[in-house]
Amino acid sequence: MASTYRDSDRTGRASEEEFVDILEERRCSSDLGFALRTFNPQPYQRASPFSTADLNKAVLESQYLRYVAKEIAMETGSSLEEVREEAYGILDEISQNMQLGFIRLLGYTLTKVFKRLFTCIYVNMEGLNRLQQAIQETPVILMPNHRSYVDFLIISYILFTYDIPLPVVAAGIPLAGMKMVGEILRRSGAFFVRRAIGSDKLYWAVLSEYVKTIVRKGYAPLEFYVEGLRSRTLKSLTPKLGMMQMVLEPYFKGEVFDITLVPISISYDQVVEESLLAHELLGVPKPKESTMGLLKASKVLQKNCGTMHVNFGHPLSVRQLCQDKINRCQYNLAPRDLPQTPNAEVKACVSWLAHLMVRLQEQGSVVSPWSLMACLLLQAPVAVLTEEGLPWQQFIEKTLWLRKLALDFGASLNWPGKASDSDVMSSTVALHCSVVHLKAGRVYLVQDEEPQRKHPISPEQGVMSAAVAVLMLASYRNQALHIFVRPALLATAMHITKSTQRDELFTVFGFLQELFSYEFIFIPDNMSQDFEEACFLLKKCGAVHITQNEVIPSDTGLEVLSFLQALLQPFTDSYQVAFRYLSEDAVPVFTEKQFLPDLRDQATKLILSGELHTHEALSSDTQKNVLSALQRLEAVTKLRASNQNEYKVNKAAVRRIGDILSGKIPPQNLQTTPDARL
Amino acid sequence: MTKCVTLISVLTLNLLATPFWQILILIMEIMKWNGWGYSDSRFFFNKKGQAEFTGKRYKLSGLIIPALKDWFESTFGASLQHKTPATPILNSSAVHPPTLNETFVEELKSTGIPFSHDAEDRVFRAHGHCLHEIFALREGKFGRVPDMVIWPNCHNDVVKVVELASKHNVCLIPYGGGTSVSSALECPPEETRSIVSLDTSQMNHILWIDEKNLTAHVEAGIVGQDLERLLNESGYCTGHEPDSMEFSSLGGWVATRASGMKKNIYGNIEDLVVHIKMVTPRGVIEKSCQGPRMSTGPDIHHFIMGSEGTLGVVTEVTMKIRPMPEYQKYGSVVFPNFEQGVACLREVARQRCAPASIRLMDNEQFKFGHALKPQVSSIFTSFLDGLKKFYITKFKGFDPNRLCVATLLFEGDRERVLQHEKQVYDIAAKFGGLAAGEDNGQRGYMLTFVIAYLRDLGMDYYVIGESFETSVPWDRVLDICQNVKERIVRECKDKGVQFPPLSTCRVTQTYDAGACVYFYFAFNYRGLSDPVHVYEQVEHAAREEILANGGSLSHHHGVGKLRKEWMRETVSSVGLGMLKSVKDFVDPNNIFGNRNLL
Repeated sequence: MASTYRDSDRTGRASEEEFVDILEERRCSSDLGFALRTFNPQPYQRASPFSTADLNKAVLESQYLRYVAKEIAMETGSSLEEVREEAYGILDEISQNMQLGFIRLLGYTLTKVFKRLFTCIYVNMEGLNRLQQAIQETPVILMPNHRSYVDFLIISYILFTYDIPLPVVAAGIPLAGMKMVGEILRRSGAFFVRRAIGSDKLYWAVLSEYVKTIVRKGYAPLEFYVEGLRSRTLKSLTPKLGMMQMVLEPYFKGEVFDITLVPISISYDQVVEESLLAHELLGVPKPKESTMGLLKASKVLQKNCGTMHVNFGHPLSVRQLCQDKINRCQYNLAPRDLPQTPNAEVKACVSWLAHLMVRLQEQGSVVSPWSLMACLLLQAPVAVLTEEGLPWQQFIEKTLWLRKLALDFGASLNWPGKASDSDVMSSTVALHCSVVHLKAGRVYLVQDEEPQRKHPISPEQGVMSAAVAVLMLASYRNQALHIFVRPALLATAMHITKSTQRDELFTVFGFLQELFSYEFIFIPDNMSQDFEEACFLLKKCGAVHITQNEVIPSDTGLEVLSFLQALLQPFTDSYQVAFRYLSEDAVPVFTEKQFLPDLRDQATKLILSGELHTHEALSSDTQKNVLSALQRLEAVTKLRASNQNEYKVNKAAVRRIGDILSGKIPPQNLQTTPDARL
Repeated sequence: MTKCVTLISVLTLNLLATPFWQILILIMEIMKWNGWGYSDSRFFFNKKGQAEFTGKRYKLSGLIIPALKDWFESTFGASLQHKTPATPILNSSAVHPPTLNETFVEELKSTGIPFSHDAEDRVFRAHGHCLHEIFALREGKFGRVPDMVIWPNCHNDVVKVVELASKHNVCLIPYGGGTSVSSALECPPEETRSIVSLDTSQMNHILWIDEKNLTAHVEAGIVGQDLERLLNESGYCTGHEPDSMEFSSLGGWVATRASGMKKNIYGNIEDLVVHIKMVTPRGVIEKSCQGPRMSTGPDIHHFIMGSEGTLGVVTEVTMKIRPMPEYQKYGSVVFPNFEQGVACLREVARQRCAPASIRLMDNEQFKFGHALKPQVSSIFTSFLDGLKKFYITKFKGFDPNRLCVATLLFEGDRERVLQHEKQVYDIAAKFGGLAAGEDNGQRGYMLTFVIAYLRDLGMDYYVIGESFETSVPWDRVLDICQNVKERIVRECKDKGVQFPPLSTCRVTQTYDAGACVYFYFAFNYRGLSDPVHVYEQVEHAAREEILANGGSLSHHHGVGKLRKEWMRETVSSVGLGMLKSVKDFVDPNNIFGNRNLL
């Protein structure tokens, strides 16, 4: 099997494109003048002038909604009038009400905020030009990743700056609840979507008709987060398929000629809410979105978050992507207005596209030196980091080594070229003084956020305090993970199997992909290509020799392989802890509410006893991912009858998975099932 | 070809007595061998660069069309400097010598049925009017052509021919008017037997008219315009008027499930036939009575209609006739945009008040129609000039780049026509439609007949194109129009066509549950090494798009060989199996071996 993966296969690489700092101009001209500039964008050529009221009317009067309303009236016994009234209420809650005046207000405010918060906001102009072109030709879906509250409206802000039609943006309903702010967002083009829609048929119908009408009419570009939520770990999230399905359906049903998807990658040097996120992952509830909260949080505006990169990816034609994947004739035999459950082919295609978009977001993201440093810092024991520190010079050299590896792997780096490497790194450390500090030629992990403590802290508190710092570091490492994850899985497979046989490695590689499918994003049914890519990259950096049947570590490859394997070590360790807990200590039936703190306690104990070396096991994200993965592998089942999220564990199966992960038994013994989501 | 017979019967009865070979000479003189229609009727650009239409047969004949050149050049990026003239003369030596089945020929001779294996006769019957067929002829290229042509004179002649063909294993391809646009007349290149073209043109008589039941029994070789004219002489009509009616034959209509412009009053061919006689290798198939409707299992007529010459030859048909309408009135309506126009047609269909014909052209076709306005005309009153003034002054709201026109034809007794007209115009008004005059409407229909000649003009200047059709439910009409037109434009770009194509459509028929949509597609092929291949690829893509948008494989052109790759998904495997089993029973030795449909 020859390595078929080529570097040129990658799309959306940012490195070839030129980024322009959009704040530069803002800093030397009037903010008010900017907010009041003439705004005259070129809209979609087929869009007919359509007001917000027209849009809402079209939704309410749609055949689809009428049908569903009638059905619900029949089922519930309420009058059609009542159901329609309810639908009207839902639409009222959802719908945006974009007004240029508010966009201007926002333009003014955001300029002030962004200038404070960021040194630069880099945007790739070519991407904007392509977008401008695409918007005129087809309905466009803007698909940014979601890493920070700041993401929200940055796209609108940029498009306003460059005279491109403003998007309507899907937002979480909690934002709508904020006094004033909710309304301002709504008038800036936000529409609001409830979190758990579940089986609320009417809500689902109103929302999907609303979204589809926007796409069908080419009312405005539509922006939504395919990951569904803000990523607490700064890692890409498994895409949510509901909105994706809605957005694509007008193409499937031939209501539009084509739809253009634009992946957008937003990357930060520093995420404003980094410590909040780390606390959240450790079980501290996130503060409710409120206007007061926002005002209080305005103290973060004192902070400097470095630079932000917004990379507009290549517009993708849904028509081209779906060419051999969807037979559109399947919609010929029923009225297109009637609700129709998507078949397996459609579901698989939607899922594939959603994953592809996330992957493209990853590839388009720009990785900061800090992310590379975080990868390395996390490979040192926490005790060493807090007590002894790492020698700075050595650390610089290692980081530069990693920079080369990352570039070899095709990463887009945001490594300032003008300053010397050590200056770049020390200024990076300075920016992240809340996590690390440099003292007397050594780097230390900052452990204690509150220096004045009256009581000596308990060992458990000590663990938690270190965990905050570790999880903050981990989140920045996560921003770079997509560069390394495929070769790292291979390196881990080599480590587990101690084998060089390609077949064997491929099986374990596949097992790891399955196991970590909630941890890292893999495009469904793409495992062979992922494996090829992993082989190709390891070969490219000289870590392995590849023959017909073997992947053999090279003499000089040890450094790369052990780095990559260590990169995933926290995950394998955390998973093992969870497996151990589930197969030994857990009660046979448990709720998620019990599981998370119990596992956290267990992990804390293991850390204190020195058995467990990673604080990441404490992260609720990792813990939830373990649970999802085990469900997927059918070692844990969710009890349907229960509304308490109860789970039943098959201890033997969990143990077996743990044994495969540690290399005790080969993965053939694992009973895999086809992915239920596909 | 069939036209010659028309002339024979009308003009010079004594010509019937002339020896057969003289008739053949007449055919060649009257009809083009490598283009559409009559030899004397064609478009050309005169020395001043103005377009002219020659001959005397049409209202446009002998007139100058001043705007055509500009439209042609600007639409296609074509230039009168860049010519691609056709090979002027049919070079018989380029035609493969016939493969004759000697024993068949011997026995045929004894029946006295006329036949020929002259190269010109054979080439003439080897094609329909698909672009690739005409393009090849213009280049003087001939593929597999029939080895001989037979002209049976009546049903019994056909019975004899089919018996002989079965006996000697000769391949028969029935030939009516030769207006097919589905590669139906193309000889299968893999056919090794002798191929005989069975030309029905001599079977062109009305055998009887039954005035009590309002039916006429007609030989199937009769051509549309002759049938109509002969019936008119007795005060009747069939009302079946496909756009090809000048040349297409009754048997051809039955074999392809044809549709006529005025089907709203008279019905399509399946509504018009009462009785069909078809000769198959198994014998003659026909019903025993002329009951207007029967419940006797699946209607065997529906095995015959649409069989495209794969089962046998239709020889005689009993058809409904109607008294000629007392009054005819044309009309037209201008709509601000295509969407409104479609909405109006839909409403007209909902109220079941469609006039004899109602057709909606999109903006590009409206402009095309504009470009075909002749210089001097009494009959072509300056509707377009008037119209221009009309919307520039009174109705400024209409965007000349978006508006579209519906043409109408009303028929019946005068009072009812006027009433009907008012009803339709009232509906149109609800959709922003403005009445735009009778002349405009009449012109629209007249252009239907000359439009086929325009392709030949285009082909003189690097422009190739064709039309194709579909039927589609009402709710998908707009989407299919937009998506297919767009697909054509994009495919052309992808395939390296250097100039933007003409991609336009019109809605030509309304039904209770949907409409028939026609697409016209043409482009300038300068710079392409294999333009026909590119054309075929784009048409293929357009058909895929039609199917993906819920359109049918064909509304009335049929499947032929051009579209048969989609038959299975169109009628399901079981459906295809049913059709195959009928073929296997009726024609086990594949005597009717044109390989259409299945």
